[in-house]
Amino acid sequence: MVSAVFHSPLEASASSPKTAAASARGVALPKPAVAAASEASKPSQRLPFDWRALWLTVLPPVIGLALLVGVWQLLTLKGGSFPTPGQTFDAAVKLFADPFYRKGPNDQGIGWNILSSLQRVGVGFGLAALVGIPMGFMLGRFEFLNRMVSPLVSLLRPVSPLAWLPIGLLVFKSANPAAIWTIFICSIWPMIINTAVGVQRVPVDYLNVARVLNLSEWKVMTRILFPAVLPYMLTGVRLSVGTAWLVIVAAEMLTGGVGIGFWVWDEWNNLNVQHILIAIFVIGIVGLLLEQLLMAIARRFSFDD
Amino acid sequence: MHAFIDVQNAEMVFTTRKGSFHALRDIHLTVAPGEFVTLIGHSGCGKSTLLNLIAGLLTPTSGVLLCDNREIAAPGPERAVVFQNHSLLPWLTCFDNVHLAVERVFAATESKAQLRDRTKAALELVGMGHALPKRPHEISGGMKQRVGIARALAMEPKVLLMDEPFGALDALTRAHLQDELLKIVARTKSTVVMVTHDVDEAVLLSDRIVMMTNGPAATIGEILPVTLPRPRGRVALAEDPTYVHLRKSVIDFLYTRHAHREAVAA
Repeated sequence: MVSAVFHSPLEASASSPKTAAASARGVALPKPAVAAASEASKPSQRLPFDWRALWLTVLPPVIGLALLVGVWQLLTLKGGSFPTPGQTFDAAVKLFADPFYRKGPNDQGIGWNILSSLQRVGVGFGLAALVGIPMGFMLGRFEFLNRMVSPLVSLLRPVSPLAWLPIGLLVFKSANPAAIWTIFICSIWPMIINTAVGVQRVPVDYLNVARVLNLSEWKVMTRILFPAVLPYMLTGVRLSVGTAWLVIVAAEMLTGGVGIGFWVWDEWNNLNVQHILIAIFVIGIVGLLLEQLLMAIARRFSFDD
Repeated sequence: MHAFIDVQNAEMVFTTRKGSFHALRDIHLTVAPGEFVTLIGHSGCGKSTLLNLIAGLLTPTSGVLLCDNREIAAPGPERAVVFQNHSLLPWLTCFDNVHLAVERVFAATESKAQLRDRTKAALELVGMGHALPKRPHEISGGMKQRVGIARALAMEPKVLLMDEPFGALDALTRAHLQDELLKIVARTKSTVVMVTHDVDEAVLLSDRIVMMTNGPAATIGEILPVTLPRPRGRVALAEDPTYVHLRKSVIDFLYTRHAHREAVAA
């Protein structure tokens, strides 16, 4: 079985500013202490504000962003078809002034596009969770089933989700269910695999406790297996949502309708490059928010012991 | 004497990927009700295996194990186990950890209030009445082991099986918990089978010390009755000639006659 991935690179980069801040605080602490010792004669009791920590938390991301915009500005100075940061910002202000308008089926506000994409991801991902998590539990619990299904999972998992889109169109005869199907199939694998690995890694001690206490199968499930597997499961969920959000854009480009992916394609046909750039930022920000939300949930349910 | 636990000619062979490992052979042991028996031996001598056999967590390759004249086929609440590393469930509070066991044993016959009282009483018995709502990571190692003991005692088991329960604790905490265990056992009159590698612990607590030879194919080398009167106090015993003599016998068995092979090689 493929081993579970606990820390995606995304998470690592997301948590690094915090650790940097923490270490900075650790370094910064002795300094004021020395200062206080040398200025012991002065009765200044106020703790000096930790500027260094603030510097290290806020400054690097700001510099990074500024650098990106700066390079962008430099490259577009000579003009051409690529819009400058300023033009893009103006377009964004106009766009977000009225995010929820409807002018027919193919011309709706960006808010509607984002929401319908999120809805597709939600439905597809929800169905995948409904199927994948119980399946992961079974694979983890029954060796025979695991050996039976593992090769299939290994075979199908590396397939690009978009390869499943024609199958969806064939079966459902409609674009929207086909897109949902694509999300379903791409987000089910991480959940199956991580849940199964989690079940296999439940400490033997806990299972021995269950055996000695002679707990019923229901109690074993709710009191021991489920809490022990939950952190693994949530890692799977996080990876799944990440993949689903990656895939929805591509799927919608192919299926059309309302959605952020279709919107990008539509704006390309209109040659509205500003809007494409805005869409890229919006997709990134929504993905980041989804990731952060699920990480917060995972932190809530992790048991350090 | 009525044998409460009866191990008859038990043998244990583990089959692993690398081949089979002969852990135990020719084990004959009886434990009387209310008796405190310790299993002592070098690491790898199969003492934990024997305990797991009695617990029913393992099935012997051959031979029979009886508890109260019934064959031990699976783990059961009448044989409560205190695990070496406490094995408390980290997502449950101390109260819930114990309550899980209480519920299992008494839910059919008692009201919810009675179950709660039992849980509280068990935790108070081990001096953990103050930590009911705490999670295991919020308390110290010694406290976790107390809760583990409370969980086992709360089931009112016929026999308490302890697998090096104080092995992971520092010397002072260990001594303190040994004293507590002596008091608790005196009060509850529990039958105890305990695995240890600590000679003083064995002499202080036991009625009989089962000394095991080195593995593979380990067996019981000698059984030493501990005739010291109870209640026992560790300070008074330190200079007691019987205690010193018993201690010497165990050390003699472990380090002279059945020295660990690695130790001999060194």
